Amino acid sequence: MKIKEVDIAVVGAGSAGLSAAYQAALAGAKVLVLDENRLPGGQLFKQIHKFFGSRAHQAGTRGYTIGHQLLERVEKSGAEVWLNTLVYGMQKDCSLGVIHDDQHWTIKAKKVIVATGAKENYLAFPGSTLPGVMGAGAAQTMINVNRVLPGQRILMLGSGNVGLIVSYQLMQAGADVVALVEAAPNIGGYGVHAGKIRRAGVPFYISHTIKAVTGDGQVEHVELVQVDKMFKPIPGTEKTFDVDTVCLAVGLNPMTELIWMAGCKFCFIPAFGGHVPLHTEDMETTVPGLYVAGDVTGVEEASSAMEEGNMAGVAAAEALGFLTAEDAEKKKVEIRGRLNILRSGMFGERRRTAKTSQLQSMSDYQAQKGGVQ
Amino acid sequence: MRVVEHPILDELDTTKEVTIYCDGQPITALEGEPIAAALMNAGIRSFRTTPKRKEKRGIFCAIGRCTDCMMIVDGVPNTRTCVTPVRAGMCVKTQEGLGTFEKKEEVQ
Repeated sequence: MKIKEVDIAVVGAGSAGLSAAYQAALAGAKVLVLDENRLPGGQLFKQIHKFFGSRAHQAGTRGYTIGHQLLERVEKSGAEVWLNTLVYGMQKDCSLGVIHDDQHWTIKAKKVIVATGAKENYLAFPGSTLPGVMGAGAAQTMINVNRVLPGQRILMLGSGNVGLIVSYQLMQAGADVVALVEAAPNIGGYGVHAGKIRRAGVPFYISHTIKAVTGDGQVEHVELVQVDKMFKPIPGTEKTFDVDTVCLAVGLNPMTELIWMAGCKFCFIPAFGGHVPLHTEDMETTVPGLYVAGDVTGVEEASSAMEEGNMAGVAAAEALGFLTAEDAEKKKVEIRGRLNILRSGMFGERRRTAKTSQLQSMSDYQAQKGGVQ
Repeated sequence: MRVVEHPILDELDTTKEVTIYCDGQPITALEGEPIAAALMNAGIRSFRTTPKRKEKRGIFCAIGRCTDCMMIVDGVPNTRTCVTPVRAGMCVKTQEGLGTFEKKEEVQ
């Protein structure tokens, strides 16, 4: 077993992890980023649409372009990035068990930033395990990164931004989107995304859900059924479509396995996808020296993940003395300002409320323990 | 089917091909792509069967999280094909249940 010591270890080379690594390395810390994948960038490189928000958040820039810019900045910052590297465990002292180049390493870092992201939710219905039923994000990876169509005739379940954007991107890749189905009585995502696919002629079935998927060894048909206000199926309203693929865009959940191991305290926030770690405004968890950033702290989107990464990187560097309190505060004020903008407006309000309650839970926990550590 | 031309992304470079074998059948893959992408392009959608009910499974998450796409790759079972790149001459097999390790002479 080999041992490597660094100032700051970052787990995950996606939007949040790369941002954290950049900030910390820029401040002068010795930073090591660990990621299981062959390529850095997390899920940014499958985002071929233009981002929303303000100019400060690179609105109008496509996700993969932002990914390239972030990578370039990290390379220049001097942070070391280990790819094809599996972090399989974390001790209570935050040392990391790692497999890198087929060798077992222990990474000892003074501060650890976990930015492991989120994974797609599954939805059970008869036939939901048939080959051809997949996550909408999976289909997006297939077409935009791997450049293979997962199917020709596709039904999308879920009308949040993921369902809407991936439907459009499936059409750009050459597939037919047969229907977009939403159990709620309204479309969940932005009107601008919904409008694009509606104008392209995709029928929307709101207040509908999947009753069953059938086929001989793979998806061949899908049966929809209308639901009432209590989401109960209404008999006699079934409709059947011939499809070869069903995509599920029914939310994501934070990948918290590592930080559970370290003994972090959690709270349950449905709007954030389930159990999320308590953390301070500095992104530090209840385990001293362990920071979190991005979707692992609660599912939001790439822009806020990058800002949380920035915050964690600045705070961890400050805690190690690489930034003065004054310099760090200046950066944090800017980051907090940008985060507040991202969590405002009609679509941001729910996330702002959720984040406020998560931060409050942390304050309550600290008060109970007898002050800030 | 490959997404070669795309309104936003660059045209896909399809010049560097390698051959892999799935259950003995040769399949053309693009250098460096995940096994699952090559199989999906070849129209293969069932990657394994479940241990108890012997049900077919294919891709679900495509980012190495769900383990639905596991196959026996060069004799090693439970290999996540969505995050494992192809290599010329690679032997991929449909995995029944939990799968078993294969000796060198059994691979092919």
